[in-house]
Amino acid sequence: MLKYIIKRFLWMIPMLIGISLISFFIMQLAPGDITTTEANFNPKASEESRQKLRAMYNLDKPIIVQYGLWLKRMATLDFGNSFASHQRPVFWQSKDKDGNVTLGMIQEALPITLLINVLSLALIIMIALPLGVISALKQNQFADRAITVFVFIGFAIPGFWLALMLMYWTGVQHQWLPISGLQSMGSEHLSWFSQTIDFIRHLILPVFISAITGLAGISLFTRNGMLEVLHQDYITTARSKGLSENRVVYGHALRNALLPLITLLGLSIPGLIGGSVIAESIFAINGMGKLFYDAVLMRDFPVIMGILTIGAFLTLIGNLLADVAYAWADPRVRRGVMQ
Amino acid sequence: MKKIFSNPLTIAGFVIIASIMLLALFAPFIAPYDPDAIDVKAILLGPSSQHFMGTDGLGRDVFSRMLYGARISLLVGFVAVGIATLIGIVLGAIAGFYRGWVDTVIMRLVDVMLSIPSFFLILAVIAFLTPSIWNIMIVIGLTSWMGVTRLVRAEFLSLRNREFVLAAQTLGAKDFRLIFTHLLPNSLTPIIVSSILGIGSAVLLESGLSFLGLGVQPPQASWGNILTDGKIYIQFAWWLSLFPGLAILITVLGYNLLGDGLRDAYNPRSSQH
Repeated sequence: MLKYIIKRFLWMIPMLIGISLISFFIMQLAPGDITTTEANFNPKASEESRQKLRAMYNLDKPIIVQYGLWLKRMATLDFGNSFASHQRPVFWQSKDKDGNVTLGMIQEALPITLLINVLSLALIIMIALPLGVISALKQNQFADRAITVFVFIGFAIPGFWLALMLMYWTGVQHQWLPISGLQSMGSEHLSWFSQTIDFIRHLILPVFISAITGLAGISLFTRNGMLEVLHQDYITTARSKGLSENRVVYGHALRNALLPLITLLGLSIPGLIGGSVIAESIFAINGMGKLFYDAVLMRDFPVIMGILTIGAFLTLIGNLLADVAYAWADPRVRRGVMQ
Repeated sequence: MKKIFSNPLTIAGFVIIASIMLLALFAPFIAPYDPDAIDVKAILLGPSSQHFMGTDGLGRDVFSRMLYGARISLLVGFVAVGIATLIGIVLGAIAGFYRGWVDTVIMRLVDVMLSIPSFFLILAVIAFLTPSIWNIMIVIGLTSWMGVTRLVRAEFLSLRNREFVLAAQTLGAKDFRLIFTHLLPNSLTPIIVSSILGIGSAVLLESGLSFLGLGVQPPQASWGNILTDGKIYIQFAWWLSLFPGLAILITVLGYNLLGDGLRDAYNPRSSQH
């Protein structure tokens, strides 16, 4: 098992190199060079400071050296400072000479996005699993058909539109839920408990919207996985042993149908992270998605490159965890791995 | 063919897509108003007999803009998926036909591309270029070819050693001929199915990007950028949000129903479930 994890971990290195190549290629798409945009933010930027910037991004060196240096910066997670936000560090906090700490932009935004995504993954599993199981057990009956319609609509519905409609319905018409940000104005004066409630109320819509786009896939997948497993010989054996239908379904079938789901959850991470752009910009939540969106609008290249890289890195970690969890959960893979 | 049209859902999908294509094609004849004509005396009017879907913040007729928006959705969907499918076929064919190190390199590239959240990737590229309908199509195409590549490769791998291919090869057929007259025609069905499903995702992506202001630029109408206005006026004008969203939902649903129906018709195994 340990050997497998190490091997799987080392596999990330060539992947990271590939990611660095692609992100480096994207940087080359910039019209002129990135110092042009910096100059736009700061009209007073002298030719001298632009030269300094060019030297910092090594634009004066041959392209292969530039790539080598980009790789080195990626390896040390040094994405420089933002153009648009008063030179704030992109990734992690920095200290100036007087010991004042400036928090990194990603450092601040990442926990919020992770929280929303973890919650929506939990919600997806809580809703999609029962739907998929019911659908499989009642194959071709009314419940199955109703769930299938729901799945088709779930695949086709634009998340941002649903967000708008829910904002209108719950926020504008009935004023049940707050529709922007993560805390109400003035909530810092409230008690700790009311603050938490306020925070949770703000989270409901964004989490629900992020979950809804992932629901359809997982429930369809669970249904098909269950159907496949229910036709296996060991299920017939379990039934003929006289086990109750519940034990057969939940003890024998579901466990095996769930295995591939681990991988699917791992694979759905990039979609969730990418989807945070829309959810966060609609609900004005300062997570990775909104940070990225704002950076794109302002052409704040260090932030764009930083988030792109960190997003890819998170996806790799997610896939790694999924693979390891799969190997841990499935004795066949685990033994195969150990040999 | 008979089998395809025995499933009512597939027919529904087909009818939806065909109607939207007709509406888009004949938009200039159907639209009651010029989609870009500003009318300051008719700002934010609700749906009525004169303005079937109301008017927007500049007094433009929403129904007319929806019709022209349908053209954008179709165009972006088809061109983006065309680009993706072309890249996918070429790379997948090379990987599946030649195998060995070329295959390894291509499949690792697929892995790397899949590990970058695609919405981030698209937005990043658009940030470095300028948002326009052409850039959107190219960027969506260049970032969504991975699925087709895997599919074509898998098809080629399974067909590569079949008798009819080996026979043609023994008779002296060149690689090019083997790929284009023997392998590719036999892999067409799954490619077509995945393209139809891909158009649905491309329509969703385009509307999302246009909604964020990074896709089709106003005054050109697209379902996504009508929704942007819908967000601004959400407190006063629900019709600006409702209709474009429904249009996107129905269109994507149509492509998905059609694609799924075709897959089931050609792949009996999946329809058993």
